[in-house]
Amino acid sequence: MNHLLALDPLLRGSVTWSVLAVVLIKVVVAFVILLVAVMLYIWAMRKVIADMQNRIGPNRAGPYGVLQTLADGIKLFFKEQSIPDSADCPVFRLAPYLSIMPAFLMFCVVPIGGTVSILGHTTYLQVVDLPIGALFILAMSGLGVYGVMLAGWSSGSKYPLLGSVRASAQLLSYEAAFGLAILGVLIQAGTLSTHEIFLQQHWTNAWSFVTHWFWLKTCIAFGIFLIAALAETNHPPFDLVEAEQELVGGFNTEYTGIRFAIFFLAEFMNVITMSAIAVTLFLGGPSGPSLGFLSANNVINVWFLPMIWFLVKVLALLFATVWVRASLPRIRYDRLMSFGWKWLIEIAILWVLVTATVQVANVENWNSFVAAAVSVVVAVAAYGVLYAAMPKSDELIEEIR
Amino acid sequence: MSTNPPIPLRPTTKPLSDALSKEEERLERQTDEGAQELRPTTREVVLAGGGMWPQDDLGDTMIINMGPQHPSTHGVLRLMMELDGEDVLRIKPVIGYLHTGMEKTGEELTYVQGTTNVTRMDYASNFANELVYSMAVEKLVGVEVPERATWIRMMMCELSRMASHLLFQATNGMDIGAVSMMLYGWREREEVLRIFEYVTGLRMNCNYIRPGGVAVDLPDGWQQRILDVCDLVVKGVSEYDELLSQNPIWRERTVGLGIITTEECLALSITGPILRSTGFAWDLRKAQPNLAYDQVEFDTIYTSNGDVYDRYRIRLYEILESVRIVRQCVEKMPAGDYRVQDKKITPPPRARIDESMEALIHHFKLFTEGFKVPAGETYVSVESPRGEIGCYMVSDGSSKPVRMHIRGPSFYNLQAIDPMGTDSLVADAVAIVSSIDPIMGEVDR
Repeated sequence: MNHLLALDPLLRGSVTWSVLAVVLIKVVVAFVILLVAVMLYIWAMRKVIADMQNRIGPNRAGPYGVLQTLADGIKLFFKEQSIPDSADCPVFRLAPYLSIMPAFLMFCVVPIGGTVSILGHTTYLQVVDLPIGALFILAMSGLGVYGVMLAGWSSGSKYPLLGSVRASAQLLSYEAAFGLAILGVLIQAGTLSTHEIFLQQHWTNAWSFVTHWFWLKTCIAFGIFLIAALAETNHPPFDLVEAEQELVGGFNTEYTGIRFAIFFLAEFMNVITMSAIAVTLFLGGPSGPSLGFLSANNVINVWFLPMIWFLVKVLALLFATVWVRASLPRIRYDRLMSFGWKWLIEIAILWVLVTATVQVANVENWNSFVAAAVSVVVAVAAYGVLYAAMPKSDELIEEIR
Repeated sequence: MSTNPPIPLRPTTKPLSDALSKEEERLERQTDEGAQELRPTTREVVLAGGGMWPQDDLGDTMIINMGPQHPSTHGVLRLMMELDGEDVLRIKPVIGYLHTGMEKTGEELTYVQGTTNVTRMDYASNFANELVYSMAVEKLVGVEVPERATWIRMMMCELSRMASHLLFQATNGMDIGAVSMMLYGWREREEVLRIFEYVTGLRMNCNYIRPGGVAVDLPDGWQQRILDVCDLVVKGVSEYDELLSQNPIWRERTVGLGIITTEECLALSITGPILRSTGFAWDLRKAQPNLAYDQVEFDTIYTSNGDVYDRYRIRLYEILESVRIVRQCVEKMPAGDYRVQDKKITPPPRARIDESMEALIHHFKLFTEGFKVPAGETYVSVESPRGEIGCYMVSDGSSKPVRMHIRGPSFYNLQAIDPMGTDSLVADAVAIVSSIDPIMGEVDR
């Protein structure tokens, strides 16, 4: 155990009370930040969508309705919680927590700032820097499926059952594309640690956001990541799991009170966490220009600016999610699956192969342009073969008949 | 003393043949939801020439009741669907949850009160109901409506068609998941409803078109207000067009979905945009012009694919045609009376009641016992936003109809769910119901 913890630079050496205090502070602060962020995100989302739809949005609780989410939460907390007769009681009770835990845990590996010093200890501004950070992200996003799936299955009702069937299929399918998209970054970075990935995207000059950040080097993987992340978080236009117009409420139809609130919280927490991860992996995390007229060790440059850059990038992505939510119709279930399996995963695999080839070419001192061109040609050819082998949808229907 | 044989705890069942137990299983499965039996679908009847439905595997299907309480069944429609996973094997609408006996009520109300009743049937396009009722009464009485009243009626009906199709755009967008569309559609519809309030005093159940003419004349300055709303609606429609018509997700969800043919439509008495979407340009405004539809220029919108996308497009462009008609109405509105001056049919002006005994008597008689209508029967039909709305009326010479029947287009159009929705997905079923645009008040009456 010690050696695992020791990998966090904070706990290298002896564990003292101050060390524990730092760990506790970081855990509590991350927890609170995430909860408050969810509260503000839901409020902001409602306001922005309201503006896009010529409405006013929440404006009663607090200034500009900013406390609306809190008010909703309090209301839901004191409401009666009903459990259907046919529900599988323990699983039904457990499911909301299975849904929210991974969302929290995933956020732990996200660096939200640089390296700072607290209570005389030098530490990263992230709860933990696992050497397997990227795998941890994948694992947690995989675990998130269970909450949704078990909730629908244990409700003992038909619409939730349909919702959970959709959930298990959709989330598992897009898990593959999601993982392959992350792999595109990992091959380039050569590490699984989120902090290392952040350091590799460090701001050195004004063009760092093109040369150092991974979004351009892995542009296709970045696009796939964004689409797959939307699908992973059940975000419109991929919100088939809880499609109101089709499945009433989907997997959470039978949930009331605080259990429903937890699902609601988990959903939006996932959106925030996914945006944070996208920023970490592709958009440089907290890196950004610092104020040159202050010394590099100044508290503003060390503490605040990285956080502000991180916040700005996350907010930009969150705004994009709200925009998508307000403007796109919902994709149909079968189209979603065929899009995931026939396009996203193939393109992601080919992209990983191309990236790997270029990476090897760099190591072996081949001409990287030739290597890239050849690998792209081979990839396109491979995809052509795959595409030719795939039955067209009409043929498929005929075959089934 | 003889001992009775011990009674078995559970009555033993007779061993059944395999076929019978399958049949029994089928019945059990169907009564599981307290449901009526799912009959063969119309398409199967049409294709198989009225034979039995094909015996399929009865193992893993599930019957799900969508509605009467469901976010996207447009009121209290209930859809019984047999699902195999996400595939809808067959689908059957169950109606009657909004049945309020309005046709029966119509037999208890005088001809003066009748429009108050029928305006609540198709509450999304109430003017068509009032119009068809009033025209039936006028046909029985044999009264000629003044020209200005006719033009006012036509203008209000077209505004009502705009409001109804805007509501369709809103709900259709929402049902396919474009939630912003809902608000956009309502935004423009709200402006049209404001016109209704401005002209008639009420937003929805206006009771404006009455036997003999309309309730009140148009208020001062109506031209500019109505033209302003027309501009707003045109702007709104171009926005919807931009937002949805070329949207790849929208097209993927609607093109080629819920296809119905002209033959099926005619066999099921389906009219309106659904019939026109199959390439059959049938519009009563053109086919049997009533009011002054032969004096205005407009086109019948029709397409040939018969799918959900076409029904969406037809309704979108019909809004523009209605705007065209309304603009011509504003331009050509004739002067004159807004209702017949026969005091046996229409009430005297309020001011006359204070000074004229005769007017007071007419007013009193009209609102207590109504006017007498010669014995006879008639059927009148006009084009409502949903199709042919008809009124069949039988009079025995008293002041109340013996029978008043409204042919609600939604009722007939709802039958299209069957041929359209069989072999689709759950999400498609929602889109298909939405594209039929049923108003349950009109279906159940």
